[in-house]
Amino acid sequence: MTDTALTPSAFEAHHDDAHAHDTHEMSFFARWFMSTNHKDIGTLYLIFAIVAGIIGGGISGLMRAELAHPGIQYLGYWASFLPGGEQGLDHSLHLWNVLITAHGLIMVFFMVMPAMIGGFGNWFVPIMIGAPDMAFPRMNNVSFWLLIPAFTLLLASPFFGGAGNGWTLYAPLSTYGEPGPSTDMAILALHLAGASSILGAINFITTIFNMRAPGMTLHKMPLFVWSVLVTAFLLLLALPVLAAAITMLLTDRNFGTTFFDPAGGGDPVLYQHLFWFFGHPEVYIMILPGFGIVSQVISTFSKKPVFGYLGMAYAMVAIGVVGFVVWAHHMFTTGLSVNTKMYFTAATMVIAVPTGIKIFSWIATMWGGSLTFKTPMLWAIGFIFMFTVGGVTGVVLANGGIDDYMQDSYYVVAHFHYVLSLGAVFSLFCGFYYWFPKMSGKMYNEFLGQVHYWVFFLGVNVMFFPMHFLGLQNMQRRVPDYADALAQWNWVASIGYMIMAASMVVFFVNVIMSLMSGKKAGDSPWGEGATTLEWTLSSPPPYHQFETLPRID
Amino acid sequence: MAGAKNHDYHILPPSIWPLAGSMAALAMAAGGIMWMHSAVGGGLLFYAGLAGVLAVMYGWWRQVVIEANAGDHTPVVQLHLRYGMILFIASEVMFFVGWFWAFFDFSLFPAGIQVLDGKVSLIADVANGVGQWPPKGLEVIDAFKFPLLNTLILLTSGTTVTWAHHALIHGDRDGLKKGLWATIILGLIFSSIQAFEYSEAPFPFKGLNYGAAFFMSTGFHGFHVMIGTIFLIVCLVRVYRGDFTPKQHFGFEAAAWYWHFVDVVWLFLFVTVYVWGGWGAPVHSG
Repeated sequence: MTDTALTPSAFEAHHDDAHAHDTHEMSFFARWFMSTNHKDIGTLYLIFAIVAGIIGGGISGLMRAELAHPGIQYLGYWASFLPGGEQGLDHSLHLWNVLITAHGLIMVFFMVMPAMIGGFGNWFVPIMIGAPDMAFPRMNNVSFWLLIPAFTLLLASPFFGGAGNGWTLYAPLSTYGEPGPSTDMAILALHLAGASSILGAINFITTIFNMRAPGMTLHKMPLFVWSVLVTAFLLLLALPVLAAAITMLLTDRNFGTTFFDPAGGGDPVLYQHLFWFFGHPEVYIMILPGFGIVSQVISTFSKKPVFGYLGMAYAMVAIGVVGFVVWAHHMFTTGLSVNTKMYFTAATMVIAVPTGIKIFSWIATMWGGSLTFKTPMLWAIGFIFMFTVGGVTGVVLANGGIDDYMQDSYYVVAHFHYVLSLGAVFSLFCGFYYWFPKMSGKMYNEFLGQVHYWVFFLGVNVMFFPMHFLGLQNMQRRVPDYADALAQWNWVASIGYMIMAASMVVFFVNVIMSLMSGKKAGDSPWGEGATTLEWTLSSPPPYHQFETLPRID
Repeated sequence: MAGAKNHDYHILPPSIWPLAGSMAALAMAAGGIMWMHSAVGGGLLFYAGLAGVLAVMYGWWRQVVIEANAGDHTPVVQLHLRYGMILFIASEVMFFVGWFWAFFDFSLFPAGIQVLDGKVSLIADVANGVGQWPPKGLEVIDAFKFPLLNTLILLTSGTTVTWAHHALIHGDRDGLKKGLWATIILGLIFSSIQAFEYSEAPFPFKGLNYGAAFFMSTGFHGFHVMIGTIFLIVCLVRVYRGDFTPKQHFGFEAAAWYWHFVDVVWLFLFVTVYVWGGWGAPVHSG
């Protein structure tokens, strides 16, 4: 390697240009469309994620409305709003596939990931390590702006027939099953979102490795930063495999290759291997930053350092590493050999060990702590409780033999909504309430925050817990109709959706009211338990923080 | 806060390139989809988007070069660039993992298909219906003719780029130019031979897993060779313009790293797809 050691004095002449760009000198367009500021870009990501969450959550409202009763109620009517109008039952059923596909893709790629990594990661990773910004500020912005064309393509696709392949885009349904342009639009949306995430991952890894303030060793980094570091590695290594897989879909669809067509020697199961080699790390991509947020919040509101800090950090590393070698547990019914199923069963269960370390360490952090139950703490405790429920059903499903019966049932739907909708989303709200005063400079309304929490908690549990029963009674996922015997719990689940939706009204009222007329937040509104660097700054922080780097002892 | 900046990080002014690049990418994607579905104007929109993406790349990286020459790339910023490039190459490696995965899926678990008179069919004889790789009746490219030559060409280009690098470090601008010229020419020869080999290939791209795996894996490699060649050409132009010092020349190093990366991918392709993956099959004589 060559010598890069130029003396710092050679650069002093160029240090003046950085300060011509404070907010007051910047046009609206320059500040929000040409941003190179990690906090502004983080804010853009959060707004984007909220918009996507409203759309994705609205789609689940449509789904719960249709599923409230047996039979097909509304799909034909809804289909009449799309180009071509209502065209019979098959067309209506296709709309169902379009809805579940859009819900999955939006929630995964355009809500959870942008909020967790793009939003909170951008906002707080640089601050928590004592850095003035990200390593590649311009590339940071292209990561955000690539999501706009991606989301545009995905949202436009229903008007060109609709991509009804499910978020997994399994061949052959996604190859010769749907010849229209919609599936190509979904594929290219994933390509663009994937490019965005890969660039973001490069940015986060470089930032965390190279821009830690003097004294901020890896083993002193806040756990949220650790979680984003591991997540970034998963993104970096998993997404390109998805890119290859969906490129094969593209060439199979449009250029005559037979990667997934047995008539030309291809293998549809190959797609599933490639997809889940990405897809399983992807589920950890969605939850690991949540682990990080919850660790910060539990520590803050227990007024104690996190119990077993190093174990917590390396548990996330272990989850990330093992997460790459368990993918075929999503494919137990594809005809894998018994030995293969045994391996993937065992490997999957191994993940329960580091996850258990985290659960017990959070509990041990609270143990003997001086607890205050502010809204973020409620979400954090709710996260631990609900994520454990989802984790336990995950251990059930990890068994290849049992999964033969459970595959594609509502038990699986219940499982992954407990870890995502009640896991990842709880941690998102947890982080949102925790950092809202820091990001906005205003306090949220504590009463409304707690009302939001309890009503949301009630709603999602009423919605998702009966799905365990439905799954055990053989209700299949991705089907808009079901046997009359399943009507009762489906009705209950749809009531749960309405309760959850009502809580979201409370949330938005709270956010708007607080932004407009909330009490001014101090630098460190959570008191002595909040020990990370963001609480040493003003609320909101200055446009460029740490112009003199902090020193960590 | 308007204090003095007391660190060596690069705080950037607002930039239009990210937004412009994203919008160009949208045009390219939308145009590509329209084109694939034979919609009017699809090809035009695709090329307009592509032109936009290339223009953004040019403008953006031109600005990076200007900033580097202005001294904005302090040692720590250069370290960022190194990390960024290594991580980018790591993601590229995983992209090729996907294509190799498809190749090994087909070759280790061959389907019961055969090629008769250029037509692909399932092997009717169920009792002997086990597949083989390459598919029965398929002629393959002789690994030890042009592919072996290409292997030697790429390995040689790996040494010439190292020659250029050492010349640069020791202040030998003439050697730097010669080494870069040699590398670029070898890269162009490689691409030409690949293009010739494609035109002579005895198996189709469409309708057969062998062709799909072969052309997509070697094709994406070839695409990366072309990107690497362009990267090296940009470095050569910069050398003639007087860029790069013996101490600071990350643009060159990144190009060299990238070149070594495509070299290594080729070695894997040569050993697995050409040599092992064609073993025992009749060789196309042409």
